Amino acid sequence: MKYFPHTQQDIEQMLSVAGLKSMDDLYGEIPQQLLFNREFDLPEAMSEVEIRKFFETLGKKNSQLVCFAGAGVEDHYSPSVIAPVISRGEFLTAYTPYQPEISQGTLQYIFEYQSMICELTGMDVTNASMYDGTTATAEAMMMCVAIAKKRNKVLVSATMNPRVRSVVETYAKYQGVIVETIAEKDGVTDLVDLESKLAGDDVAGVILAQPNYYGIVEDYTGVADMCHARKAMFVMNAKPSALAVLKSPAEWGADIACGDAQSLGIPMCYGGPYVGYLACNSANVRKLPGRIVGATTDVDGKRAFVLTLQAREQHIRREKANSNICSNQSLMALYVTMYMSVMGEQGLKDACSLSYSGAHYLADALVATGKCVMAFDKPFFNEFAVKTTVPAQKILDTLASEGILGGVRIADDMLLVCVTEQRTKEDIDKFVETVKNI
Amino acid sequence: MIRNYDKLIFELSKEGRVGYSLPKNELKDRYCICNLPDNLKRESKPCLPQVTEFDVVRHYTNLSNKNFGVDTGFYPLGSCTMKYNPRLNEEIAALPAFATLHPEVPVEAAQGALEVYYNLAASLAEISGLSAFTLNPYAGAHGELTGLMIMRSYHLQRGDTKRTKVIVPDSAHGTNPASAAVCGLEIVEVKSTANGTVDVEDLKPLLDDTIAGIMMTNPNTLGIFETEIPEIARLVHECGGLLYYDGANLNAVLGKCRPGDMGFDIMHINLHKTFSTPHGGGGPGDGPVGVRAGLEHLLPNPQVKKNADGRYYIENDALSAGNVSNFLGNFGVLLRAYTYILTLGCENVKMVGPLAVLNANYVKESLKDVYYLPIEGVCKHEFVFDGLADKSTGVTTLDIAKRLLDYGYHAPTIYFPLLFHQSIMIEPTETESKETLDEFIAVMRLVAKEALENPDIVKNAPYNTPVRRLDETTAARFPKTTYKQLKG
Repeated sequence: MKYFPHTQQDIEQMLSVAGLKSMDDLYGEIPQQLLFNREFDLPEAMSEVEIRKFFETLGKKNSQLVCFAGAGVEDHYSPSVIAPVISRGEFLTAYTPYQPEISQGTLQYIFEYQSMICELTGMDVTNASMYDGTTATAEAMMMCVAIAKKRNKVLVSATMNPRVRSVVETYAKYQGVIVETIAEKDGVTDLVDLESKLAGDDVAGVILAQPNYYGIVEDYTGVADMCHARKAMFVMNAKPSALAVLKSPAEWGADIACGDAQSLGIPMCYGGPYVGYLACNSANVRKLPGRIVGATTDVDGKRAFVLTLQAREQHIRREKANSNICSNQSLMALYVTMYMSVMGEQGLKDACSLSYSGAHYLADALVATGKCVMAFDKPFFNEFAVKTTVPAQKILDTLASEGILGGVRIADDMLLVCVTEQRTKEDIDKFVETVKNI
Repeated sequence: MIRNYDKLIFELSKEGRVGYSLPKNELKDRYCICNLPDNLKRESKPCLPQVTEFDVVRHYTNLSNKNFGVDTGFYPLGSCTMKYNPRLNEEIAALPAFATLHPEVPVEAAQGALEVYYNLAASLAEISGLSAFTLNPYAGAHGELTGLMIMRSYHLQRGDTKRTKVIVPDSAHGTNPASAAVCGLEIVEVKSTANGTVDVEDLKPLLDDTIAGIMMTNPNTLGIFETEIPEIARLVHECGGLLYYDGANLNAVLGKCRPGDMGFDIMHINLHKTFSTPHGGGGPGDGPVGVRAGLEHLLPNPQVKKNADGRYYIENDALSAGNVSNFLGNFGVLLRAYTYILTLGCENVKMVGPLAVLNANYVKESLKDVYYLPIEGVCKHEFVFDGLADKSTGVTTLDIAKRLLDYGYHAPTIYFPLLFHQSIMIEPTETESKETLDEFIAVMRLVAKEALENPDIVKNAPYNTPVRRLDETTAARFPKTTYKQLKG
């Protein structure tokens, strides 16, 4: 077996040093009835040649569709330089940088990641990353409750991605936190309903999305003041790729920014791995969960980076920690750090511009087919909802037969369609032509 | 020279440089992003670097040279199972047929991916002796939390609302109590005996109708097998509680005994430990959670099922403990773990534990005359020294760890478990050769000798690393966590 280095002679010598006669003696203390005594019901070992064939065959059972689906996961351009560099063994096969003297590579890229996330969101501090956007938002909810102390209610807009909401609700359920929904009006958060739900002075946090689930860029003017007047935290779940163009969470007056950074070039890979981000103001840094990297110097005065503010964390505080998170999504944080470095502000803006133009062109053309109308009359970014005059499923099925993933069905007569910089005008025209012919 | 590279990516930036290329926007004139209402647009300018593609490649390659991974050298970090991460796994995970798949594709378009999920879950169930697995949780701690949610849901759905406490051994990893707290459970600590195992006599009086269950690792954090586990399982079940198995140490018993057969009801596995997926500098990993028969419906949504004609589909169970992730976990990590299991095959899976245990015992026996071994006997995949055997030198575990860096090794886990003051926890894993272990043993002995003969050399180590010991106090007192704060 190529992953096992020992020869029979090695094994015998090692057993003898350990004062044992046989491999069975290694488990001599274990009660007999606990020992596993049959063969595993698993396939026999496969060679590399066979493994490649095996997965090639499996891969063919997936369909390669031209992607117009979004709903939180988008098909973005990923620069060619990222994959080869992040797969360097020094990055790939390291663990949490417990020994900073030999982990400056990891520590520095996390520092750069933190810097860039703070630039995009406008927030003061962020951690070394979270698992994904859903859990990052759940952790934001926990931060709100911890900061508010005696309040255990949070409000989540009806325009939040339902996947995010469901994870927030799961975490909340077991902590006795009440999650109430802020009503939706014409595709956006109903601010009148928000104000009335805040009136009880019992809300720890308000969680809103930007852009929202329907791709709409919501106008949150006055929301920060509304929340702060009632001593509630304002949390914004924002798509980072859009923040080169859109008003940042800090500019809206948010106290916490969170979300998934998959839109920063990470392959879709059937749902993961991605990376979540969670950022806040300096005042709340000690309530921020997870690893944080800070700058310092070594004994010779050299600049260096190190895990810091660890007194917040589970390995010190145990059950009193802010969160149980132990690791982070480090390699994916490197992924998006390299992405943001390659793209820069201008690259992000250009990608936004292409996505925006493509989405608006497609929206107009779909409406012109007579098979769809815009579900909402609101400004949107690169994703939009349409009401369909034929069943949405029929549209999706027809598009799929033409090799197109036409979006996400969110009601029997409603489709959510997303366009990124990867979709050409020809892709979009084919989409429209196919719908027209239904 | 290479290791002296000390630039931040921001410090390479020059106005006007670009590292990307995108298609021309043919639709810009008709559909310009400038049409977004002004009050929705950003006012401030995010300060991202302006660098070339080549700058990015060279910068991060230089950073990688200041890092140490399993590929670099021996990494005996206890409880982290830093085994070899096969490159084949990486190749398979990058296949476009999987890497370009959107999670919202119809199930008919994702049969290959769903088959991977389903078969990996079934393989883990067979290996661990449980009935069904979810692969949705993202990490070990996330798996713990998910498992505890299942435990609570089990009691609550039976109308048993009093069970709000969970028993955790005092030797447990910090995530155990932290996960329990996040799950809304109260923590009750059970003491360890002198040999580090759960004290059954201390456990008995804790068991009543307020106990939801117990969390254990087996072998425990000292690398000692809990031989009383059948009795513990009987007692906990008798009081109506469930047993949770923290899979952090599964590598020790892989192929030799199964948590399900030990009496555990719920467990998590760290694919990035036991199943060879890379640790990635802290993640992504994956933390599958398994349950015994009768608890399957409580697994988180979405769930992957197979119908009678062999087609895979996705289902949401109304009685599930809830959703804990965006979709089906870190799917790319699942592909790696499945590749590893297929590479090992049934005949080699059963050798992983024994070979890992052999390596640990070999290192332990070769060093116990110079390092203090508080618990004698055959260990499992890892063991703990309580500092040097000779306590007169003033050389601490931290010093030893730092000196090892000079000699080209990653340090073991230090100051954990908390049961000893100078813990050095060593886990060699099964993929290290006898030669590597012999060299490590020689260096450990050399450091012990240095500690006696010239302790200052050890106390001031390391010397040969890209940076030397860091000022952690200042870092925490005046946190500078971004480039903006660093520039002041």
